[in-house]
Amino acid sequence: MKVLVAVKRVVDYNVKVRVKADNSGVDLANVKMSMNPFCEIAVEEAVRLKEKGVATEIVVVSIGPNTAQEQLRTALALGADRAILVESNDELNSLAVAKVLKAVVEKEQPQLVIMGKQSIDSDNNQTGQMLGALTGMPQGTFASKVEVTGDKVNVTREIDGGLQTVALNLPAIVTTDLRLNEPRYASLPNIMKAKKKPLDVVTPDALGVSTASSVKTLKVEAPAARSAGIKVKSVAELVEKLKNEAKVI
Amino acid sequence: MAILVVAEHNNATLGAATLNTVTAAQKIGGDIHVLVAGAGCGAVAEAAAKVAGVSKVLVADNAAYANQLPENVAPLIAELGKGYSHVLAAATTNGKNFLPRVAALLDVDQISEIIAVESADTFKRPIYAGNAIATVQSSAAVKVITVRGTGFDAAAAEGGSAAVEQVSGAGDAGKSAFVGEELAKSDRPELTAAKIVVSGGRGMQNGDNFKLLYSLADKLGAAVGASRAAVDAGFVPNDMQVGQTGKIVAPQLYVAVGISGAIQHLAGMKDSKVIVAINKDEEAPIFQVADYGLVADLFEAVPELENLV
Repeated sequence: MKVLVAVKRVVDYNVKVRVKADNSGVDLANVKMSMNPFCEIAVEEAVRLKEKGVATEIVVVSIGPNTAQEQLRTALALGADRAILVESNDELNSLAVAKVLKAVVEKEQPQLVIMGKQSIDSDNNQTGQMLGALTGMPQGTFASKVEVTGDKVNVTREIDGGLQTVALNLPAIVTTDLRLNEPRYASLPNIMKAKKKPLDVVTPDALGVSTASSVKTLKVEAPAARSAGIKVKSVAELVEKLKNEAKVI
Repeated sequence: MAILVVAEHNNATLGAATLNTVTAAQKIGGDIHVLVAGAGCGAVAEAAAKVAGVSKVLVADNAAYANQLPENVAPLIAELGKGYSHVLAAATTNGKNFLPRVAALLDVDQISEIIAVESADTFKRPIYAGNAIATVQSSAAVKVITVRGTGFDAAAAEGGSAAVEQVSGAGDAGKSAFVGEELAKSDRPELTAAKIVVSGGRGMQNGDNFKLLYSLADKLGAAVGASRAAVDAGFVPNDMQVGQTGKIVAPQLYVAVGISGAIQHLAGMKDSKVIVAINKDEEAPIFQVADYGLVADLFEAVPELENLV
């Protein structure tokens, strides 16, 4: 079966972001960008499905600026077969991204769509669920285990109290949680080979999708800083402070 | 203008997170209706009717809603939601699962994990793992929002007397089925609601050593959490994870033991009132957010702490 994987270019997870002085957003100039960690897990899961003979073709898609081609090449180096970039320089909300993905799904007709549960920049955790609503596909969110059997996929999900397993009719959408797998690294020969794999570039307009949004960001601020704490010398001093100064125990 | 709050529940008891969501709804202003979608969930509806500030409870009792599978409940909530100015749910794994599906069915953007209400259309929410706070304004006809529990006080569970009304929906969409559940058992307070949280990290070295923390937690009446490193190393189950990808907590006291304090962990606990760090590495980033830091070997400090409290 064909698997579609959606990946996003985001600021690297190790970067400590800074809010711009004019409060218009965070400063992303000259900051290291990478593939969203949850998307790496999505790519890895698709590649493992292919290695097991379940998936026959992996198509990877990203929506964003031209530079997102880097992340698509990374996915190709990890084992995806071909890539699609839907080029847009606007910052798109989840609903707009879901609409673009719906258009790609209609064109590609995948049996399984795998994507991360959330991107570490906007922290929305919406796109997979929204794509489910728009396409009518069932969703297996926060997946820690995925098993395809016949025309169904069993997804074990991480929920607040533990784990839950659901059975979904294919075609279906799975969003990955951190424990689904450990993504591999791309090898140098595979990075070289990935340069020759096909990468199509289209625009939301060409797909007939409007990316207008009803939500606008008025300002972005740094969170309130915590006042500097103190270092205590002993456990006895710590207990004394907690009892008499902070009054929390 | 009325607001629909979708109840968090397990068909037997009303989830605590619903009370925080009701408070957020009160800050928006307007009549507050609570939807209880489940199977055999009469007791939950009764509990919801008693919550202060709730004027009506809608009950959709149908076997298809038993596990709140999003394919089944999202069409129900979206259909009801058309008559409201706002549709709110707690930012639990359950709320996060079905609400974006509702938003897309209504063709509106969703605002995730608000921590403050500025006005009926303007909200604050954390982005970049809590390293920036965005103020966002929505012009959507129906504003679909998940609420971070730690951002709002709980509404009083008693004192209300809302009318209870039955509603029906399409039921089973026939696309998904519940197979089973494996819930972690714990006698300690729930992590997200506990007043004190004691968390362990990689420094605990193994799962057995977490006994030190369980024993301290029992003495303090605390919940026990963990960093991702401790979960990935198999010391504890993943529902104990505190952080950007785990649970968000804001207790009165958070004790971080053997936790270095990565950005992703801080995202889950830096709104705690008082933070204590016990770590033998005095350069650990956790000391930058800790109110009280103790540079010491946790294997000596934790038993001593237990004796002294």
